[in-house]
Amino acid sequence: MTKRATPLLWMTFGIGGTIAALLFPIHVLLNGLLFPLGWAAAPSYESLHGLVSHPLTRLYLFVLIAFPLFHWAHRFRYTLYDGLQLYHLTTLIAVICYGAAAIGTAVAAYTLWGIS
Amino acid sequence: MSAGRHDTPHHPKWYRPPISIWWWLKKRSYAAFMLRELTSVFVAFFAIVLLWQVRSLAEGPEAYSRVMARLQTPLFLALDVLAFLMILFHMVTWFNVAPAAMVVRVRGKRIPDWALAGSHYAAWVLLSIVVAAILLRG
Repeated sequence: MTKRATPLLWMTFGIGGTIAALLFPIHVLLNGLLFPLGWAAAPSYESLHGLVSHPLTRLYLFVLIAFPLFHWAHRFRYTLYDGLQLYHLTTLIAVICYGAAAIGTAVAAYTLWGIS
Repeated sequence: MSAGRHDTPHHPKWYRPPISIWWWLKKRSYAAFMLRELTSVFVAFFAIVLLWQVRSLAEGPEAYSRVMARLQTPLFLALDVLAFLMILFHMVTWFNVAPAAMVVRVRGKRIPDWALAGSHYAAWVLLSIVVAAILLRG
């Protein structure tokens, strides 16, 4: 099963890495630093809610959250594998990493679907 | 990858010199490799922050201001500074290996590495401007 899933996992790793590289820097800078610090005027709840209720924004957010999670799962799995040499725990590590990414993706889909 | 890890039937036991789990501290390039792999932890961290913000938006204005207040705590600001630096490192390493990962040909001629990496940086600048313009509109 793992053998057949490898190309798919590799592809989500690649897509997620590209999305994180292209879009995460500006989002961390704004959402994580400038808005909380008050160095840039944060959008109001109403305007953000209005933005997020648009289907395209929801699709954008889903892609922005789901693929980078699988990028993490794939890369972190091999970091543990190569770094800590936990060869006997390969299956367990894979299940935990991809499982966590899948749970995050499901929560994102459920939340974004439900926003009215 | 797993093929070489196990003993093969009818084959003498493989000789494998033991490698310390700190092997990646022995050389700068190994440490840079490990740092690059660990950027993924911050990618996941920020994906979860985004999800958290979206969930609070769905729940209502009070939940949203609670999350914003949490993001203003020193812990989250420090994590976000670290995440920003690590994600920039991810971006640079990702774009710089893009030419090795994908070979693009136009009319039979391979696009040079600098042009392919450069197009990624150009797309990054453009997308960052678009996102900033939308979020800073108010």
